[in-house]
Amino acid sequence: MTRLSDGFAANRPALVCFVTAGDPDAAATPAILDALVAGGADVIELGMPFTDPMADGPAIQAANIRSLGAGTTTADILAIAAGFRARHPHVPLVLMGYANPMLRRGAEWFADAARDAGVDGVICVDVPPEEDDAIGPALRAAGVDLIRLATPTTDAARLGEVLGGASGFVYYVSVAGITGKQQAVQASIEDAVARLKGATDLPIAVGFGVRTPEQARAIGRVADGVVVGSAIVEIVAEHGAAAPAPVTAYVQSLSAALADARKQPA
Amino acid sequence: MNAPNSFRAQPDDRGHFGDYGGRYVAETLMPLVLDLEREYRAAKQDPAFAAQFDDLLEHYVGRPSPLYYAERLTDALRDGAAPGMGAQLWFKRDELNHTGAHKINNCIGQILLAIRMGKTRIIAETGAGQHGVATATVCARFGLPCVIYMGAKDVERQAPNVFRMKLLGAEVRAVESGARTLKDAMNEALRDWVANVHDTFYIIGTAAGPHPYPELVRDFQSVIGREARAQMLARTGRLPDLLVAAIGGGSNAIGLFHPFLDDGDVAMLGVEAAGEGLEARHAASLAGGFPGVLHGNKTYLLQDEDGQIAEAHSISAGLDYPGIGPEHAWLKDIGRVDYTSVTDREALDAFQLLCRTEGIIPALEPAHAIAAVTRRARDMRDDQVILANLCGRGDKDIFTVAGALGVSM
Repeated sequence: MTRLSDGFAANRPALVCFVTAGDPDAAATPAILDALVAGGADVIELGMPFTDPMADGPAIQAANIRSLGAGTTTADILAIAAGFRARHPHVPLVLMGYANPMLRRGAEWFADAARDAGVDGVICVDVPPEEDDAIGPALRAAGVDLIRLATPTTDAARLGEVLGGASGFVYYVSVAGITGKQQAVQASIEDAVARLKGATDLPIAVGFGVRTPEQARAIGRVADGVVVGSAIVEIVAEHGAAAPAPVTAYVQSLSAALADARKQPA
Repeated sequence: MNAPNSFRAQPDDRGHFGDYGGRYVAETLMPLVLDLEREYRAAKQDPAFAAQFDDLLEHYVGRPSPLYYAERLTDALRDGAAPGMGAQLWFKRDELNHTGAHKINNCIGQILLAIRMGKTRIIAETGAGQHGVATATVCARFGLPCVIYMGAKDVERQAPNVFRMKLLGAEVRAVESGARTLKDAMNEALRDWVANVHDTFYIIGTAAGPHPYPELVRDFQSVIGREARAQMLARTGRLPDLLVAAIGGGSNAIGLFHPFLDDGDVAMLGVEAAGEGLEARHAASLAGGFPGVLHGNKTYLLQDEDGQIAEAHSISAGLDYPGIGPEHAWLKDIGRVDYTSVTDREALDAFQLLCRTEGIIPALEPAHAIAAVTRRARDMRDDQVILANLCGRGDKDIFTVAGALGVSM
């Protein structure tokens, strides 16, 4: 068992919470991460800011700009990860971001640095299976999970290729679009999760557009995990360094909704 | 590095030009990118596709564009040259195309592909507005709705082209994120595309982006080099000694260069925008950048030590981009093409020189190529030939030039 598989092993769907590292600044992020854990997050996704977040909607774009505007560096992000690992030895931590900051010093450098900082997995938005060579071998050599994305456009013919190099969990992007407010139809999520579960034993986490406890509960009936990002990032945007208390309260509401998700008929 | 048997055999079947290129896109887009590649392969085999493309280029765009001997500019540059020195300067006149630039060649090809694929909505990004105008033009011609993403800063400095796009029926969306220029417009176009993959075709304006875009844009733009090669042989009985073209993303340059790549005696020079100078703000990705991944491909990028993309700067909105097409990155590394850069000031001087010696008002993009020509011509013999691509006309730039020269209009 790894920390990541443990994170999905509870008798309720895992709550995966995303924030952008260094938003509003690098000094504020550790307390916000602690607030996620305090609220009941099972897996932490730490966003690596990038100047050109092409797959993100306005909320996470703005978080990227705030973070970079505050001077956040790759070294800061790795230090945030290492600090989190020291404070929370058992909570899985995943870095999510775009290829260029991950590859700038070489994929091996990044994979080793991530491992040394206690990172369990990496999601690289713009490295599809076709370009796996760019980062996949380095992550596998370092023992860091490469978490692949499946989407509504991933057809049966591609699914094997997507799942082939995947480990940790599979992130089902429920909306063909960018992160944020657009929501998928519940029935389409249920179909997709069933299709994915037929093709892999890895846990399936569903994200994009999830923001209410009711949505989280509905998705949690069928999926192994629920990812919430933009809604938390918006709380950070509103409260800045004072975000930990409202973040914890919000995450608690999601966590409570997931607690009994599997007891309800699907 | 050993020279390959042919410089014209790239990319490989995964869309890689050496280490560059590829398909670095979100999974949502990947199936569509694969569809596009299949459709492009089928179109290339289809004589009807080629016939329709050629017919539109001839009767709608006005091809072939002329090959022109610039006698007065040649003479002007021989002034002060050593005896027997000063190359003959020839221009490929792609600024005479319908819509005033080479961009239309590519747009004709891509909209025919979009129609083949059954797509009913077109999006594009634009910097100077030339690609936006060309896209809006082909959308009007084929009756498809069109959304053009343009950085808000470019909307301000390219007002005439914004109005042209609107006249042609396009919706122009000003992009307020980032530095509000071409890079940000491309981000926003990609966000639109990922949300509308079922019905939308993205007409990328330069030979960059995920495979197969760099290949297909190059192929559509290669009409420039194929014509120029045949015209030069017909007019002079020989090939040019040096090709020169400006490079933002690099589509006009690769269009001119590619048909000549296996002509070993033809040297080539790509000209990047050095802006305020390579030590200050500029847009010269090859001269001042490092390999990285952006907008679907691996190529040279202006970036910091953490891989954050730097803002480019050029007086020419069409060159104001922190990356470059992946085939140029490969051609630089293997040494087949030389690359240099030209500052805003040098481009402005060349712009005025061409106006006065040849009666041609060039766009600021090819003014960079002309500036590089003025540097090289005096070092070449007077029986040698330089062929430069005049890839766009300057009407759109007269306000920018007036501002830079301190003239109020």
